[in-house]
Amino acid sequence: MLLLIQYTLIFASVLILVALGGCFSEHSGVINLGLEGIMVMGALGGALGMRFLPIGIPGFFYILLVLLFAILVGVLYSSLLAVAAINFRADQTIVGTALNMLGTAAATVIVKAMNTAANPNDVSSIIQYIEPKKKFIVYFGSFEFNWFMLITLIILAGAWFVLYKTKFGLRLMACGEHPQAADSVGINVHKMRWSGVLISGALGGLGGICYILAGVSEWRFEYGVAGFGFLALAVMIFGQWKPTRIALAALMFGFFRALSNTYMGFGFLQALNLPSTIYNMLPYIISIIVLALTSKNSKAPKAEGIPYDKGQR
Amino acid sequence: MKKEITRTNILKKPGVQSLISSLICIILGLFIAFIVLLIINPSGAFTSIMNVIKNFLWFKNPSSRLKYFGETLVKTVPLLMCALAVLFSYKVGLFNIGTPGQYCAGTCAALYAALKWQWGWVPCVLFAIIAGALLASIVGVLKAYLNVNEVISGIMLNWITLYFTNATLTAVKNPSSKDTLTIATVNKAALLPKIGLDKVFNDKYVTIAIPIAIIIAVIIMIILDKTKFGYELKATGINKDAAKYCGMMEKTNIIITLVISGALAGLGAAFYYLTDFEQWAVTQSTVPAMGFNGIAATFLGGLNPIGTIFASYFIQHITAGGAFVDLTKYSSQITDLISALIIYLCGFVLFMKTFMNNMIKKSDAKHHVKEFNINDEGGKK
Repeated sequence: MLLLIQYTLIFASVLILVALGGCFSEHSGVINLGLEGIMVMGALGGALGMRFLPIGIPGFFYILLVLLFAILVGVLYSSLLAVAAINFRADQTIVGTALNMLGTAAATVIVKAMNTAANPNDVSSIIQYIEPKKKFIVYFGSFEFNWFMLITLIILAGAWFVLYKTKFGLRLMACGEHPQAADSVGINVHKMRWSGVLISGALGGLGGICYILAGVSEWRFEYGVAGFGFLALAVMIFGQWKPTRIALAALMFGFFRALSNTYMGFGFLQALNLPSTIYNMLPYIISIIVLALTSKNSKAPKAEGIPYDKGQR
Repeated sequence: MKKEITRTNILKKPGVQSLISSLICIILGLFIAFIVLLIINPSGAFTSIMNVIKNFLWFKNPSSRLKYFGETLVKTVPLLMCALAVLFSYKVGLFNIGTPGQYCAGTCAALYAALKWQWGWVPCVLFAIIAGALLASIVGVLKAYLNVNEVISGIMLNWITLYFTNATLTAVKNPSSKDTLTIATVNKAALLPKIGLDKVFNDKYVTIAIPIAIIIAVIIMIILDKTKFGYELKATGINKDAAKYCGMMEKTNIIITLVISGALAGLGAAFYYLTDFEQWAVTQSTVPAMGFNGIAATFLGGLNPIGTIFASYFIQHITAGGAFVDLTKYSSQITDLISALIIYLCGFVLFMKTFMNNMIKKSDAKHHVKEFNINDEGGKK
């Protein structure tokens, strides 16, 4: 039971971080379908940090540095989307999809090249982080508390505050609802959209490193992040683009995802004798059902996905 | 005005513009990949990128070249079908990213029918088409009636289908490996007929799938460009509400589009796995890359079915070429990187076309002024 709660919380943290990223980007008017790729790149940044940082650095600074690496790579990578979607008015769906493919391919090529350079017989795309991982975890009895759970909580509160209580947040949302109107009162739409996408890059990168630290202590980069970026988008839609609802939605999705890791521990679930495949499918099936129930009255930002053209009425 | 401007600028033709844009994408994609190789290890970068481009030409003797050319074609067929699936839905304003899942469903159906039920090849192919179409129809119904974003539902179904396929095909697995049984050992009747093409290419995997795939591409083009049905579908894609106002059944059109798209993807799977060229590994942890590469081929082909044939071949050509990079220094995933880069760059095609059109306009305007001056002087006389 404790294990189920633990996994629910950590998977929910990943989903909250990434979905909030999506939330910022979409509120500014850019659909970020590339979150999956951004997560991979963020995970790569963090994993490289863990591989090369001396393990002797005190815990707090170590965690901070790893997070900074993940954020930095995520932000840099998301600027590929920003420049194409905002400045060159590219189709956001195509660019997002390209970023997803590019993320996994680039991460695999980079990690393999490094592994092979270190040891010519090693052609795997695995980075190990057994020791560094311990710094992220505090034990309360048998409960593994991951610092990411706290970090997510802080970011969640921060995101809510920024979106609804600051000038910046309200301006950002204006650019996603009616960019022409925002422009007419002197808001720089391009700048706002750039900030939205870059924030989503930072949060996506954080989500990525959080995801690979969730259960295992090595990561094979060929696998990407198993559709988590898209699950986060489903969470965002279910959460109607509102941070508090996103958090609740993420807890629900996190629960079903955690179930596929831990159902063996429950007598009654084992007694049902369902194939493990069912549990693997569960988060995805639930998300389709949830989307079917909630998409009809979508509260999506009205101008999302439409490149802003000053000359257009 | 006596003299009309007869000067036709070849750059004005949309087809030419698409071709130029695609070539720019390819060259830039290859160039960036080359730089990546240079960074990883400068010593073998040039030979490796050339090997990717050469693919089967890497072999010295002509019969090996022909054989590997044949095999590249065998793998181009499923890619072409996936690309046509993406293209068909994209023309109707839907982005069917569920193509990899529908391809997966087709694989599951074709292989299960061939290996477990011992069906002949025709019913196997039909079953694969139905499987792909059914899966896509879920996306269609969700989109048409419940406004569910087709990209997200497509991705979710990809994962569900992958788990389902792995579980189902475990029943027809080779006990000593993670792959499914070969069709040739279990049920030869399920193999696609070869009509002598295998002799031409000296490769037993070359089948009628290749000519049929090209014919299908032409049919798709005719449907989209020359029929009322295709026109209605495209109209729905451009403006759903206007289409509804004109009396078109916009909801049905969305579903039909996705069904056709899914059927194409399922057919692609049957065309590939029923050649026995490759078996399905039931431990696969991601959906086959075929569907995602199909997206690359679609956009590289300038959203034109005929262009897509060449683009699919090109993508498959370099993907196969990835095997010839110096594997002690680089990984073969470099070709995935190239296709991903190409899709990314295809996002800029609109910009390139606008740029070209602006250049033409400028030069035309200059010309106009000249013509006008000449005519003006003529008038005075």
